[in-house]
Amino acid sequence: MSDKIKIQVEDVNVFYGDIQALFDVTLDIKSKEITSLIGPSGCGKSTFLRCMNRMNDVIDGCRVEGKITIDGENIYDADKDPVLLRARVGMVFQKPNPFPKTIFENVAYGPKIHGLASNTSELREIVENSLEQAGLMDEVKDRLNDSATDLSGGQQQRICIARAIAVNPEIILMDEPCSALDPIATARVEELMGNLSNNYTIVIVTHSMQQAARVSTNTAFFHLGHLVEFNATKQIFTNPSDKRTEDYITGKVG
Amino acid sequence: MDIFDITIVILAISTASYFFAVKKITKISNTNDIRPDSILSYYGKIAAIWAFVPAFSLLLFYSFLSPIFSEMVFIEKLSKIFPEHTESQLDLAFAQLQNVANGILENPDININRLAVELKSWDETSLAVRSWVVFMLLAITALFSYSRLTPKFKARKTVESFLQKLFLGAAVVAILITIAIVASLLFEALRFFEVYNIFEFLFGTHWSPNIAIRDDQVGSSGSFGMLPVLSGTLLIALIAMMVALPIGIFSAIYMTEFASKGVRDFIKPTLEILAGIPTVVYGFFAALMAAPFFRSLGLSLGMDVSSESALAAGAVMGIMIIPFISSLSDDVMNSVPQSLKDGSIGLGATKAETVINVVLPAALPGLVGAFLLAVSRAIGETMIVVMAAGHAANLTANPLEAVTTVTVQIVSLLTGDTVFDSPKTLSAFALGITLFVVTLLLNIGALTVSRKLSEKYD
Repeated sequence: MSDKIKIQVEDVNVFYGDIQALFDVTLDIKSKEITSLIGPSGCGKSTFLRCMNRMNDVIDGCRVEGKITIDGENIYDADKDPVLLRARVGMVFQKPNPFPKTIFENVAYGPKIHGLASNTSELREIVENSLEQAGLMDEVKDRLNDSATDLSGGQQQRICIARAIAVNPEIILMDEPCSALDPIATARVEELMGNLSNNYTIVIVTHSMQQAARVSTNTAFFHLGHLVEFNATKQIFTNPSDKRTEDYITGKVG
Repeated sequence: MDIFDITIVILAISTASYFFAVKKITKISNTNDIRPDSILSYYGKIAAIWAFVPAFSLLLFYSFLSPIFSEMVFIEKLSKIFPEHTESQLDLAFAQLQNVANGILENPDININRLAVELKSWDETSLAVRSWVVFMLLAITALFSYSRLTPKFKARKTVESFLQKLFLGAAVVAILITIAIVASLLFEALRFFEVYNIFEFLFGTHWSPNIAIRDDQVGSSGSFGMLPVLSGTLLIALIAMMVALPIGIFSAIYMTEFASKGVRDFIKPTLEILAGIPTVVYGFFAALMAAPFFRSLGLSLGMDVSSESALAAGAVMGIMIIPFISSLSDDVMNSVPQSLKDGSIGLGATKAETVINVVLPAALPGLVGAFLLAVSRAIGETMIVVMAAGHAANLTANPLEAVTTVTVQIVSLLTGDTVFDSPKTLSAFALGITLFVVTLLLNIGALTVSRKLSEKYD
C-alpha cells in the first residue's frame, strides 16, 4: 500500500442551475486504493464522482467551481481537454450499459478511438487482456462475436469494467456498480475490484455499507451536499466522529 | 321532420332516460335499502344508450335505404313507359323525374308529369313514415329499459361491453373502407387490363395515353407502357431523398446531441413551419423560382437544363420532406438510452465519435423506418410535380430533363371531360394501383424495421 495521493480535491462546489449540489468538498484520494463514497440518496456522492472525469460537463446547466488535481494537474484548467481526461479516468455506471455490439467490439471501442493498437493482433491482445483482468475471459472466450447485450447482468457489468480497463486508465470511477446485480454477481465484481486495486485507483459510490466496509480502504460520508466525514473505513464504521455518520451507518436515518 | 330534427328529439329523449333511470334506481335502493350493483350514473348511461342507439341506427338505415328503394321502384315504372331505353338512359330519366318532382324542371311530357307527382307524394310519405317508425322505436326502447332497470342489473358491465363493441365497430369501419377503396381501384384496373395487355403496361417503355375517343376520329391508338412514368417518379423521389436525407438527419443530430436548449427551442419550431407550408406553395416555388434558377445556372455552366426539370421538382420536394425526416430521426435518436451515450463519453470519446459509433448504429433501424416513410411520401406527392416536373414521359436518368410521374399522369388523365370506360381513363386506375403497391411495400418495410427497433431496448 502506498501513501501517494492521486486525486486532490479542494473546495469543490457544484451547481445545477440555481441549485447547489455540493458545498466546499475537500479531500485527498490515495493512489491504488479503493475509496468509497457513501450517503443517503441525493447527498451529492454521484455528482462528486462525475466531477472527477468531468462527466458533469455534458449536463445542461451544470457548473463546477473549485480545484481537482490528478497527479498535480488541475483537470478544470481551461486548456485541459475533458475528452483526454476521460481516457485517464474510466467510469463504470450503475446500470450495465454495454453497446449493442459484439463483446469484442465493446471492449475494442476505447482502444480504437484512442488509437492504442496499431494492428488487429495488437487490438486482439488488448481486448483479451482486458477481459482476463475483468475475470470474464473464461466465460466468453468462445463467443467474442456474440452480442454483449445477450449476456447476463453481472457479465454485462464486467464487460463494462473490461471496456474501461481496455483504455488503460489510471483511475476507475464506479457509480453503484452492483446495484442492479444479484449477490453472486456482486461478490464477483467485488472480488474483481480487489484485484484491480493493485493497478488502479478506484473510487466507488455505493448504497451498501457492507460493500463499502468489505472493499474499501477509505470511506467518505456525504450528507445534503456536504462531506461530513472522511477517514479510514475501519475508523468510520467502528468509531465515527460525527453524529450524522453514526446515525447513517447504524440505520437511524437515510 | 328532417334528419337533424329527429336526431335532436332522440338526444332529448335519451338524456331524459338517463335522469329517469338514475331517479328510479335511487328510489328503489333507498326504499328497499339495497346497494346497487354499479355507480348510479351507469344506470343512466345504459338507459340513454338503449334509447339512443336503436332509434338512431334505424334513422340512419332508413335514410340510407329509402332513396335506393324509391329509385328502384320508379326506374321500374319508367322502363314500362320507355321500354327501348338502356340502363344509363333510365338513370338519366330518373334524375330528370326527380328534378321535375322538386319543381326545378318543367316537363311537357304528360307521363313524366304524372310520375313526378307520384314520386313527390311517395317521398313525402316516406319522410312521414320515417319520423313515425323512429319515434315508435324510441318510445318502445326507452320505456322498456326504464321498466327493466333494477338495482341488481349489472349496468357497469353492460356499459363496458357496449363501449367495447363501439370501439371494435370503429376499427372494423376503418378496415372496411380501406378494403373498399383497394377493391374499387383493383376492379377498375382489371377492366383496363381487359383491353390492354398487363405486361405491355408493366414493361412498356412508351407512354402516350391520347387515343381516339369517337369511332370515326383519326388519331393514335394510345400506348400505355408505364416504365417512363414510374422511372420519373423514382428519379424525382431519389433526388428528393438526396436533398432531404443528409439535411434532415444531420440537423436532427445537431438538435439531439449538440444544440443547447435555447437553440433547439428555436430550430424545432422553424422546421415545423416548413412542414406547415401547403404543397401547392412548394409547387409554385418549384415552378417559378427553383426551375428558372436551375435553368440559368445550367446555362451559365454550358449545360442544357429543361425549363421543367426533375432536378427542380425533386430538390423542392426534398425541402418539403426535410422536417419529416428530421423530426422522425430526432425521435429515434432521442430514444437511444442516455446510458449508452454516457458509456461512450465516459471512455473518452468525443460527441461526434459517440454519434457515429454508438447513436447512429443503435438508431439505424428507426432511421431506416423514417427513410422509407419519407420515400413513400415523396412517391405519392402530387402538387409539386404537377406544377414543376412536366408532362413529357421521358425514360431517362438525367435529372436535367423533364420527366413525368405517376401522380401527374393520374391527374392529367382524370381532369377535364373524360369518358369513364375508355382505356385512357381506366389506365389511371392501373397507375393508381401500381403506386399503391409500391408505397404499400415501402410501408411494410418501414413497419418491419421499426418494429425491430422497439424490440431492442426494453
